[in-house]
Amino acid sequence: MLQPEMELTVDELKHLVSNRAIEGDTMVLNMGPQHPSTHGVLRLLLELDGEKIITCIPDIGYLHSGIEKNMEAKSFEKVLVMTDRMDYLNNLGNNLAYCLAIEKLVDLDVPPRAQVIRVLLTELQRITSHLVFLGTHALDLAAMSVFLYCFREREIILDIFEMCSGQRMMTSYFRPGGLWRDVPEGFEEVVQNFLDIFPARIQQYEDLLSNNPLYLDRTKGIGVIPTDMALSWGATGPPLRASGIAYDVRKAQPYSGYEQYEFDIPTGENGDVYDRYIVRMEEMRQSVRIVQQALDNIPEGPFRSDNRKFVPPPRSELAHSMEAVIHHFKLWTEGFTAPKGEVYVPVESPKGLLGCYLVSDGGSNPYRVHFRTPSFANMQILPKISIGCLVADLVAIISSLDPVLGDVDR
Amino acid sequence: MDDVKAIADLVKKEFGEKILSIDEFRGEFNLSVDADSISQVCQFLRDNPDTKFNFLAALTAVDFWPEEPRFRVVYELYSQENMLNLGLRVLVPGEDPNIPSIESVYPNANWHEREVYDMFGITFEGHSDLRRILMPHDWEGHPLRKDYPLGYEEVQFSFNFDEIDQRKRYARE
Repeated sequence: MLQPEMELTVDELKHLVSNRAIEGDTMVLNMGPQHPSTHGVLRLLLELDGEKIITCIPDIGYLHSGIEKNMEAKSFEKVLVMTDRMDYLNNLGNNLAYCLAIEKLVDLDVPPRAQVIRVLLTELQRITSHLVFLGTHALDLAAMSVFLYCFREREIILDIFEMCSGQRMMTSYFRPGGLWRDVPEGFEEVVQNFLDIFPARIQQYEDLLSNNPLYLDRTKGIGVIPTDMALSWGATGPPLRASGIAYDVRKAQPYSGYEQYEFDIPTGENGDVYDRYIVRMEEMRQSVRIVQQALDNIPEGPFRSDNRKFVPPPRSELAHSMEAVIHHFKLWTEGFTAPKGEVYVPVESPKGLLGCYLVSDGGSNPYRVHFRTPSFANMQILPKISIGCLVADLVAIISSLDPVLGDVDR
Repeated sequence: MDDVKAIADLVKKEFGEKILSIDEFRGEFNLSVDADSISQVCQFLRDNPDTKFNFLAALTAVDFWPEEPRFRVVYELYSQENMLNLGLRVLVPGEDPNIPSIESVYPNANWHEREVYDMFGITFEGHSDLRRILMPHDWEGHPLRKDYPLGYEEVQFSFNFDEIDQRKRYARE
């Protein structure tokens, strides 16, 4: 039965807008959910005085797909596939957060080769995510060509992912205990080719934007997040670092061997749209540094753990080992069981702090999975920083926060 | 202080029996806190110069239906200065689940508490704007509760074909 659609009453929203809106003095405008500059299906209710924003009420949930609920009905291995679909620009990063949580929960070791390849690929993923940010951000501010250049370079990285996993975006390449399979032949060469051309390309993007007077007018001093407000309102990632707080999980609580790599945490001073752009540009350079270090030191050895209780045996063993057949059968039918307990694992995704909270009741399905997603948390600061801006500036602010709505709504 | 265990003991000393238990699993420390004093404990953890948990990283809940107390609300705090994580847990009964909001201590709890309210139906006393956040505002039920069905479509076999056919909403000639 379809219910007749109910509307929110004025009383329910009264406390959110000013009195002038109730009296009809200011205009309440609906922006989105189908609006190209909201980067998905974000809906904003704006109260406007002329062109100036007085109140901004985000309305999210248009892309809510019940991922956390669905995960409870799947085995640990199958849940991994759904993590790809949350932040669809950071698939490998989501895989990593989930795998780290599982490995912590069942106390599983990951061989060094897998750890290095994980770092290498997640840093490449960070670059693709920032490239999409840069392209769409510039496009929102009417710089069309940057978008085309960014997607050209992004395609090279997606080709590398396709080489490894067979998929450009929904990779599911990291598995609990290591990787799905080893990197293919020629992997080192294509990554090296990319690293050779990419720093010059970053310079190209900067030449197009960093000193462009039109771009500077649209971004400097716009959407300032004050330093004291940033952390208390839950901002992490580039928006936090642009406000001058050098918090990066890769440095603060290193995971997957990040302590072995040399890199800096770029920070901004003013916390405006321009600083967030600069921080991301610098992060791409730092990612290139990390990828280079990882590429030079990929150790030989197994690419996944040989703990057969959690990791399936290689197919070649199935032909002559009864034990391998049993493990294979158990893992692909029932899945593995995890001990009763709960873990929380934070990692640094391109957009900020991605936390995976995992509860097990001792069975083969997770009892509860929660992802603390950076886009959701960063979105909360939007109403605070957009007050007093023009509507055109709001477009710049949204894109500088770089939300992915799949990540906001899950 | 750079040791979570010491911090947990410090909180235990300060709040006494308001801290129901200190649990450790895989190196993570979780304090089980009495529901009424969660706001004070957060305030203490944030402002004490030894702890300085200045960032609420995550806030969510778990449903243990049909066990009682049914819900567990989960707070993950982070101290930027000490680079430590600490978990707080609050047990909430299934009947009229209601706990105090910590929005006054960590402003970013606002949306997280709305999400927990939306998904579990736990209400937060003193919250400034407790509305649904992800589901439509006229939605009935709270999806992440364990007694809320996942919503599969029933498979149509010959023995129940007509019965299901009647309920289908496809167009007929």
